[in-house]
Amino acid sequence: MKITINGKSQALTSAQNLTEFVNAFCKQPRHVISELNGVIITPEQWSQTNLQDGDVLELVTFVGGG
Amino acid sequence: MTDTPLVIAGKTFTSRFFLGTGKFKNKKDLSDSISSSGSQIVTVALRRIDLERHEENILEHIPSHVTLLTNTSGARNAQEAVRIARLARASGHGNWVKIEVINDSKYLLPDNQETIKATEILAAEGFVVLPYISPDLYAARALVKAGAATVMPLGSFIGSNQGLKTKEFIQVLINEIELPIVVDAGIGAPSDAALAMEMGADAVLVNTAVATAQNPAVLARAFSLAVEAGRLAYLSGLPIEHFVANASSPLTGFLYDDIPTN
Repeated sequence: MKITINGKSQALTSAQNLTEFVNAFCKQPRHVISELNGVIITPEQWSQTNLQDGDVLELVTFVGGG
Repeated sequence: MTDTPLVIAGKTFTSRFFLGTGKFKNKKDLSDSISSSGSQIVTVALRRIDLERHEENILEHIPSHVTLLTNTSGARNAQEAVRIARLARASGHGNWVKIEVINDSKYLLPDNQETIKATEILAAEGFVVLPYISPDLYAARALVKAGAATVMPLGSFIGSNQGLKTKEFIQVLINEIELPIVVDAGIGAPSDAALAMEMGADAVLVNTAVATAQNPAVLARAFSLAVEAGRLAYLSGLPIEHFVANASSPLTGFLYDDIPTN
């Protein structure tokens, strides 16, 4: 299945929940905020949120800014 | 002389110098600058994670006693600003947001109308909203009505170091708006910050000037001293400017009898 992560297409070999995905793909999983198909998913909800084919996922975090 | 502390949304601050965290060459310069500035409010931005690179998160370098103010940079309209603010709040790092809506890549001027719309939505959702605007009295009044916690007028173009090009318009906001006025953007030198504070601004936000100095931590300290000096000058009841000279020494008791005339 394929999902769109931060604007780029990404193939997933197996079904994954959000916790598994973040741990596998984010080199720095702390302070990660997620939005799945336009809905914010809090870290507490990640393990119960399974990624589906065609999902649009945004993973954001804090950076320097003025 | 004792000053009343700055209060924003019920929170008390002894420092009137806010520091931005963008453009620092390295994280050490950033931590050193936060500490030497004495800043109690620090801005950050929100961006997509780079899945290819491991980068230390900026939050690891910001002490926990500091109030985090997330900006909505990247937003081109009210809806995008609202989306960024909600994401930031979901991180669990508080609900303070600096609304920044920009739709112009040359001058990076804020869109006041969209900023007002975003402020209205977010204030109703319980956010502490600090909107960044071009200094305009009507926009500022609309922001007060919309539930803003402060008004943040720009001194000059973002990152330009041009100082207070909008001085007279900022003065109007200081005189007419009850909310704290935080002068943001374009402040290039401590003298600019001191001037803003002498005029009666409640606080000043600086990023580029500090971050791009050869020694950021030293300049951060200089800015904090200038903000304090400017504030004290304002509280002292700064005398007004005169168009002609006014002798500082007595004009009597000279060593001659004829009074000099033109």
